Amino acid sequence: MQELIDLALDVAHSAGAGYADMRIVERTTESLTVKNGDLAEARSHRSAGFGVRVLLDGAWGFAGSSRMERAEVERTAREAVAIARASGLATREPIVLDDSPPAVAVYHTPYREDPFGVPLDEKLRLLFEADAVMGKVAGVTLRTSSMEFGRERKTFASTEGARIEQEIVDSGAGIEAMAFNEHEVQRRSYPQSAGGQHVTGGFEAIRDLHLADNAHRIAEEAVALLDAPQCPSGQMTLIVDSPQLALQVHESCGHPIELDRVLGMEASFAGTSFLTLDKLDQLQYGSEIVNMEADATAPGGLGTFGFDDEGVAAQKVPIVTAGRLVGYLTSRETAPIIGRRSMGSSRASGWNVIPLIRMTNVNLRPGEAGTLDDLIADTADGLFVSTNHSWSIDDRRLNFQFGTEIGWLIRNGRLTQMVKNPTYTGITPRFWGSCDAICGLSEWTLWGVPNCGKGEPMQTHGVGHGAAPARFRGVEVGVGRW
Amino acid sequence: MVEPLGWDSAALESLLSHTLSLATDAQAEAIFTERSAALTRFANSRIHQNVAERDATLRIRLVRDMRTGVASTNRLDDEGLREVVERASATLALATPNPNGAPLAAPSPSTADPGLGFVAATARADPELRAVGARAVIAAGDAGHLEASGAFSTETATLAVANSRGMRNTHSVTQAKLLTVMMDGDGGSGYAQATGPDIRAIDPAAVGEEAADKASRSHDAVDLEPGEYPVILEEYAVATILEYLSWMGFSALAVEEGRSFMDLGQQIMGPNVSIWDDGLDPLGLPTAIDYEGVPKQRVDLISDGVARAVVHDTATAARAGVASTGHGLPAPNAFGPMAWNLFMSPGSSAKEVMLSGIERGVWVTRLHYVNIVHAKRGILTGMTKDGTFLIEDGRISRPIRNLRFTQSIPEAFSTIEAIGSETRLVAAEYSGINARVPALRLAKFAFTGATGAEAQD
Repeated sequence: MQELIDLALDVAHSAGAGYADMRIVERTTESLTVKNGDLAEARSHRSAGFGVRVLLDGAWGFAGSSRMERAEVERTAREAVAIARASGLATREPIVLDDSPPAVAVYHTPYREDPFGVPLDEKLRLLFEADAVMGKVAGVTLRTSSMEFGRERKTFASTEGARIEQEIVDSGAGIEAMAFNEHEVQRRSYPQSAGGQHVTGGFEAIRDLHLADNAHRIAEEAVALLDAPQCPSGQMTLIVDSPQLALQVHESCGHPIELDRVLGMEASFAGTSFLTLDKLDQLQYGSEIVNMEADATAPGGLGTFGFDDEGVAAQKVPIVTAGRLVGYLTSRETAPIIGRRSMGSSRASGWNVIPLIRMTNVNLRPGEAGTLDDLIADTADGLFVSTNHSWSIDDRRLNFQFGTEIGWLIRNGRLTQMVKNPTYTGITPRFWGSCDAICGLSEWTLWGVPNCGKGEPMQTHGVGHGAAPARFRGVEVGVGRW
Repeated sequence: MVEPLGWDSAALESLLSHTLSLATDAQAEAIFTERSAALTRFANSRIHQNVAERDATLRIRLVRDMRTGVASTNRLDDEGLREVVERASATLALATPNPNGAPLAAPSPSTADPGLGFVAATARADPELRAVGARAVIAAGDAGHLEASGAFSTETATLAVANSRGMRNTHSVTQAKLLTVMMDGDGGSGYAQATGPDIRAIDPAAVGEEAADKASRSHDAVDLEPGEYPVILEEYAVATILEYLSWMGFSALAVEEGRSFMDLGQQIMGPNVSIWDDGLDPLGLPTAIDYEGVPKQRVDLISDGVARAVVHDTATAARAGVASTGHGLPAPNAFGPMAWNLFMSPGSSAKEVMLSGIERGVWVTRLHYVNIVHAKRGILTGMTKDGTFLIEDGRISRPIRNLRFTQSIPEAFSTIEAIGSETRLVAAEYSGINARVPALRLAKFAFTGATGAEAQD
């Protein structure tokens, strides 16, 4: 491997590149899905290859290939340089990287039980067990139980002398029950939607989910929702559960603090950001109890690693402190523009694409409102919503609308009527500004979002968000005509 | 150009035959995909990302006694092939039987023109060509003092499917795509996109000028109170809606699972709505076969407003007792078949004529971050973007700030008052779905939220 790395970097340097790096990545995945008592899908995938990224006269070029041969490495490095030369046909100021020191290091995701070492029949046993429990509930029309595992081994080396070896292991699982009749279809998921919970870690995390123990409850709720009344419309006090709030953080804080978005570099695809540079250290993003941080060192997060894909060490940095915007997610290219050094959030979803600024674990810190039960008991009148169903936000990350799988009306400190198709909408800083209570550490979970999309070509990556249930005042719920 | 990895037809046949021969005690399917792609991306009127990749992957499916094992790899030497077959075999050995699983497709030779959808000029495109194109777009922005962002991409893709029942089909296609967003730095923005198999048909300057015109007309936008308004949806917006109709309900699995708005045999939209899928139409982005090797068939999904049919793969077709329509993803999968190549019938109206008679309405260029609120009712939400205008007294009077909509599409498409006479091919942002569609005038469309000027500051 060292020979191929030396070759790529030498070819790039000799062809005029002022900077070059190479990533060699092998990713292995396993996916299992049980549907309505049948093994619907059992597959594994292995993808390996390398990418060479160069800066030539301050312009980027990148080329990647899956053929790990000497001649192909040389050809690919030359192609990256040729592409950088073409970039020079439409450029402005030269790109300058920050002075992050080159690291020589090794990192492995800590885990107790290697998910690839667990026999298939043991994994299937857990999935079929949960499926069988859901199957006993009359009225459930579709049951899905799934697991996904990944192992990424990657080497990063640069002309600055960096050499980093990492092994990232991720595990995820979830269950879902659906019920439909002539006019309605309803779904309930555990522990959250979109495939369940995902972490960096081993099979122990799957066992800790206790899928079967929660299967009966979600199946009954899916059936009950068919006949539940429609969520009312109007302004209400809203309590958002932990996994839904994690996605709220993702969309309304995680994306707009990506400095490349702020600088217009994603304008043609996902959009820009309302958190423009003049807002840094100035904008009151939320109420004073709102504190958020980007923490790539948090144990078990899907955005946890040793080093990002530019070789910068994982860090924990404040983003929102006492409601005020104080930080961005940055890369080696963008950090110097705001006079900082990269905080290490530049990641690529594979060998074949360039690193982009990606969320690490952007977490809402726990508050002082105790348990969820305490928070509900403290709420005279409102709506409690749980588990994401749909999400949408504008290109500057201001105007959002979420739907959740289920909701309950709150009356006099108690959950009362179950309601279906709950939605809520708002404007980001007003919404976070209306936050008057956040539950404590006992209710806080670091959720994995495995399907965050960004960039062209589109990259899908896993990121993390810690959140505890929280309360918001005066939120518009029940959007649209039903 | 991004050179392909070198799998000519003889090498490909040898690879597939050899792979199938390694599977000695089960039925086997081998799916080969090769992709050589490049993308030149620009923002703030400069090229800031510029990439190329080439990869080839082999996916093997083994089926025995209703059990299935699947494995894939992009290591395609002898050792890699042995390893992937062993991995699939190991899964097969422990898999439980699935009586509802996907059978291997029966051999059905593709009769499509092998050159359908493949243009050598696109395959040969180099980074200089893309950079020159980007520069032409940027120049159009410079003329209007606008910042240009966008991407100019080219791609060559090959799909080959072989199975032990005798299936052997292969097809190579190309795609070029240029899109841009122009911004004036004060909230005004415009969008344009051109796509197709042939890069020579893309005029970068024209793409730039279209977006620049929209952006310059979007300056000084005002707020509009949310509510139901008559609306003109340009082709970009209509294509996005069709993309989400496909996600929500055009597949046989979605109907099976009770989550589709497609109430087959019933009038679900206005009588002036006809939507179909046709992977063989050269006016789209053709693909001759699906991921099970089955040749594509045209499927009339909605005709004269009546839900007529949905697309099938071999699994849903077997359960329904019909033939696959050639819309399968790699089997088995929990997602079901997919309608990728959508068309909507044009009408007879010029877009400008559609304005006539609208007392107060909204002109929508495109939609952003659309998502499904309720699939069975066909309810979507999303934002307008890059050119939203107020229509007053039959003419565009002023730009308005972007609005959120929450709307049942079958309901909205039951109020279509005029349909554009021209159609445009639009590629979705990331799903791979493409649609050739006209612009539409609808009697009402529900805008449920506005961002407001004060939130923008």
